[in-house]
Amino acid sequence: MAETDQRRNRIVRAIRKNKTTMTGIVLTLLILLVALFAPWLTPFDPLEQNIARGDLAPGGEHLLGTDNFGRDVLSRIVLGTRVSLVISLSAVGLAMVIGALWGIVAGYKGGKIDALTIRFIDMLMTFPTIILGLMVLAILGSGMLNLSIAIAVAITPRFARIARGSAIALKERDFIQAARALGMSDSRVIVFHIVPNIANEILVVGTLWSATAILQEANLSFIGLGVRPPMPSWGGMIRDGVNQLLFQPWLSLAPGIAIFIVVLAFNMIGDGLRDVLDPRTVE
Amino acid sequence: MLAYCIRRSLWALPTMFAVLVFIFLVMRVLPGDPAYAILGDEAPPEALEQFRRNWGLDRPLPQQFGNYMSGLVTGDLGLSMANRQPILPQLLRAMPYTLDLTIAGSAIGLLFGIPLGVFTARHRNSSVDYVGRIISLAGLSVPSFYLGILLIFFLSFKYQWFPVIGGGDLSDPWSRLYHLVLPALSVGLSQTAYITRVTRSSFLEVINADFVQTARAKGVGERLVMFKHALRNALVPVVSVAGIYVGILIGSSILVTIVFNRPGLGKLMVGAISTHDYTMLQSIMAFYAGIIVVVNLLTDLAYGLVDPRIRYS
Repeated sequence: MAETDQRRNRIVRAIRKNKTTMTGIVLTLLILLVALFAPWLTPFDPLEQNIARGDLAPGGEHLLGTDNFGRDVLSRIVLGTRVSLVISLSAVGLAMVIGALWGIVAGYKGGKIDALTIRFIDMLMTFPTIILGLMVLAILGSGMLNLSIAIAVAITPRFARIARGSAIALKERDFIQAARALGMSDSRVIVFHIVPNIANEILVVGTLWSATAILQEANLSFIGLGVRPPMPSWGGMIRDGVNQLLFQPWLSLAPGIAIFIVVLAFNMIGDGLRDVLDPRTVE
Repeated sequence: MLAYCIRRSLWALPTMFAVLVFIFLVMRVLPGDPAYAILGDEAPPEALEQFRRNWGLDRPLPQQFGNYMSGLVTGDLGLSMANRQPILPQLLRAMPYTLDLTIAGSAIGLLFGIPLGVFTARHRNSSVDYVGRIISLAGLSVPSFYLGILLIFFLSFKYQWFPVIGGGDLSDPWSRLYHLVLPALSVGLSQTAYITRVTRSSFLEVINADFVQTARAKGVGERLVMFKHALRNALVPVVSVAGIYVGILIGSSILVTIVFNRPGLGKLMVGAISTHDYTMLQSIMAFYAGIIVVVNLLTDLAYGLVDPRIRYS
């Protein structure tokens, strides 16, 4: 495996040299820290209502103002980081595991399963991700878990497709043929030989789709299908504030900036990764 | 070419059929009974029974599917479960608003994206290219509904240049266009960003290709080389992913429609979700899927037209 180690070292070096990606990685780590320590970072209780100090403009004690229930907007955005990341990243994780296994089994087994899988994946990919997500939520109802499932359903086919392609390429390789010739069962070949060889690629694709998942979470919670109140979600905060856009614009504008920064951070990582992994630009 | 067109068009039929089966099954098989959803948990069993009978939900699945398909073919989409009005006229009323937005959004994307892509590719690794890349990355990172809110805030509230909400008067082209500007910009930005990126990378690939070098070596003028030899070839990959863009465009137009309160399909769809209007939802899904299948078909045909290799594969 010296060849793959070399390739990996080259890729790591290329990533280190890529300023956009490194900025994206640092930003993402900071955001993950905010999500992790959210309850300790909020200057005020994000859920506590106090009409007496409602609709305060940004500045002073409340850096980003308060909403009409008197809740601190900054604190709600900080807690919203956790809500948004938990929903979207668990959706990506779910899609990654299910999609990869589905694709691997189809590609490795071939035949009818594979033919059916590829038709089904192509059919699912006809739908824009948001429409698939809406369809799932229309039936399951809103809420944190359902939102995660809805986003996962919409992006699972992408992972399945890539894993299938890699599995087809891998199964002809000598070491897999050898393992099979020695009598290794299909499930053991998949777990011990195919999964470890595909894992990196799937993780990279997962990073690329994280930005989409976060946008999707914002979209669906803006429509009103996200976490239930009083839990804050960025999309939901924008939705709640939009009717007061004229007089209390900060209610909608501030959470949008949070969405922008997080999605941008993931896109910056993805942008560099795409460059580094694209064989045409490696030379 | 004709044979290819016919073959490819016929191929779209099974895809569309599979999509319809999928939508039908999702609406029927996943947990969630429309009778409960509409009448509530406390509804008496007789009322639930009556509701299921009225909407044909008590019949076997194949029969329900048969009714649904024959309805689609004859153009009778049935009644909405929520307001009991025929579905088709409601869809047709919403259509122009959605089509306007989709066409305007793609037009903005193509009009700005292609020149920007070419320009940044020709100045590769210069500061222009760098700024262009940052802007297009940023464009991909702003949710289109948020961009819509920003545009309303600055251009409608602060400066009152544009109307805040509504779709305008369809019979008055000026009002129709005037109400379209901000929503079209909201969905157009991310389109521009995507198209800029694809154009840039495919243009970069093409300008180093042998045939471009040959053209230069023959003494063809730089302008002609760029626009005739390079650009035309660079656009092939851009066309080939048009289906994906239209998918993204449809997705963002649903949200932008809500922000601007345009009476388009997106608004109809979100309304159908909140009222558990299953029949309406099913028709809108089928309609959207239909648009994507047709766009993919047209893309493939256009692709076959510019690239003969596709026709014979």
